[in-house]
Amino acid sequence: MSDVLERPGVAAAAGTAGTPLVRLTDLHVKFVTRDRTVHAVNGVDMRLDAGEVLCILGESGSGKSVTLRALMRLLPKTAKVTGGIEVGGRDVQAMDEGTLADFRGGDVAMIFQEPMTALDPVFTIGRQIAETVQRHERASRAAGMARALELLELVQIPSAKRRLDAYPHELSGGLRQRAMIAVALACRPKLLLADEPTTALDATVQIQVLLLLRRLQEQMGMGVVFVTHDLGVAGEIADRVAVMYAGKVVEEGPVDAMMRAPLHPYPKGLLGATVHAGMRGKRLTTIPGAPPALETLPAGCAFAPRCSEAEPACLEGVPALRGPVPGRLARCIKVPGSRMGQEP
Amino acid sequence: MSTIDQDRGGPAQPLLGLRGLKKHFPIRGGMFGGAVATVRAVDGIDFTVRKGETLGIVGESGCGKSTTARLLMRLLALDAGEMLFDGEPVGVNDQAGGIGLKDYRRQVQMVFQDSYASLNPRLPIEDSIAFAPKVHGVPAREAAERARDLLAAVGLSPAQFARRYPHELSGGQRQRVNIARALALQPRLVILDEPVSALDKSVEAQVLNLLMDLKEKFGLTYVFISHDLNVVQYISDRVLVMYLGIVAEQGPVDAIYDRPAHPYTQALLASRPAMDPGKRRMEPPLTGDPPNPVNPPSGCRFRTRCPFAEAVCSERVPISADLGGGHEAACHMAVPGSGHSGAGRLAA
Repeated sequence: MSDVLERPGVAAAAGTAGTPLVRLTDLHVKFVTRDRTVHAVNGVDMRLDAGEVLCILGESGSGKSVTLRALMRLLPKTAKVTGGIEVGGRDVQAMDEGTLADFRGGDVAMIFQEPMTALDPVFTIGRQIAETVQRHERASRAAGMARALELLELVQIPSAKRRLDAYPHELSGGLRQRAMIAVALACRPKLLLADEPTTALDATVQIQVLLLLRRLQEQMGMGVVFVTHDLGVAGEIADRVAVMYAGKVVEEGPVDAMMRAPLHPYPKGLLGATVHAGMRGKRLTTIPGAPPALETLPAGCAFAPRCSEAEPACLEGVPALRGPVPGRLARCIKVPGSRMGQEP
Repeated sequence: MSTIDQDRGGPAQPLLGLRGLKKHFPIRGGMFGGAVATVRAVDGIDFTVRKGETLGIVGESGCGKSTTARLLMRLLALDAGEMLFDGEPVGVNDQAGGIGLKDYRRQVQMVFQDSYASLNPRLPIEDSIAFAPKVHGVPAREAAERARDLLAAVGLSPAQFARRYPHELSGGQRQRVNIARALALQPRLVILDEPVSALDKSVEAQVLNLLMDLKEKFGLTYVFISHDLNVVQYISDRVLVMYLGIVAEQGPVDAIYDRPAHPYTQALLASRPAMDPGKRRMEPPLTGDPPNPVNPPSGCRFRTRCPFAEAVCSERVPISADLGGGHEAACHMAVPGSGHSGAGRLAA
């Protein structure tokens, strides 16, 4: 177990000298096909320090998953990516195929919503973990299998030894999710990318997996970027939250401050529209309309057409990020504070 | 259930009464394709739906909530059990004092989770809504008019939307169309199977508000099925908690959420993420996944995950204990003298 948790030199490499683990600068992603162009991500700046958990919160089409996939260069060929993507001080955009293959699964790993599609159905769980270890650490098959057993124990799979020989379809949903986490953690990544990993799970299983991820993150000191549409999930796992809307970050800040008193009208509306205890009998506040189609970029604030506080000035130009309090940012002209393009 | 035959058609008569509802699915296999195992999806459930109420059904995957919805709609045949709609047996011909399936299905309609799969992609939405009334003998012109009125009622301007196809609408708009279609036959009971689960939060709130408005406007009764405990609490008058094909607990919404009696309900409620990062949970309320309904545990089906399980729990199936005010829980701890050391702790 201790062997799995040991992380040689990672903290030293990424955490010191103020080098962030992840730095996105002015990231743009558009999908170009013959019929149309979709502007999925439109200028995202983001940083993540080693050992930090950042939740990207947004609805479908907000660009949250595209941003996540760009970090690992998992986007299809139709995607045109511009801007800076740095992980652990290395330029991901400049990597060649060989470097990328070492990088994926070694330095950065990803877990998905659907473990059934992320795991290979024709290999046992044990083989899939061992394969990752053999590939990245040039370990023997036996050493790979030994690590696989440790990992299954680490993710709290009961009767781990027996489960090594199980195929994905033989496991329940919660165990499959744990097995996928084990594959992802096989080479002790510095950065874990999580794309709605608990959305498809039942309530009693979701909380188990969230608590497991939180514990593993603390033990292994990983940085985590966690994409979700669920405010409650963000509340359970995030240190910081970045709220995305129409391909831009509209608010960013520490999770407790954001959930207590959001600055931007969109997360404010989202909080009001999320049903929770004590709302019975009250009419839900809603955000009228639907998110914009991203074929043409709006000239002003993308949220203005749905915003109850919008005024003509909102449509005149894209609002800059403003920082009313240190550590918090919001992209709204009504938020007090100095304009700033970058984080302070 | 002795009141079930009294006051036929009156306000005290439950709109829907169910007794001993069962649905088992055989798993076929082996050399001759015989049944090798049985999934006990719904394994003997009793409940009533009162007129004008919203009954919420919650539970995890595999608990039988969607099978229950399909049984209520008679999209699946019952293996056993009785259904009374406003006092009349369902599926019996009307000479015998029952209500035939065609007439029953006119009065009971359903909305599904997948808004796209439930609409015919080749029909403009107006025609989809008018389809069922035409089948039931409403003249085409009148049916089209009704479709346009309903589109307006669900907040989609007929002039703008009537001739659109399903793929030209967003998920929230499509779900509004499905709701309009369900109302086209002027039903009395609408079964909503995870109607907002596939929608974004901002759109979910719009659809929930709409459902509340329509219920009042048309005097509807809802059965609302969801895995989202917060949504069920928000919309329901009474709540039914299912676990592995049986009813674990049922009662008025406040009783279930403020004083849950069944350990499963307690764990389910405790599993909701805290909306406050200062109150994060440290230990999961339950370990493991729900067991497979193919071979449910003996006695109490929850005992394999229950922190209070004792010998009696594996020996005897708990009966539903009355906790007062229509609140019932199927747990040995709720029954004084059941042989469980915590018995009677919860009795009223």
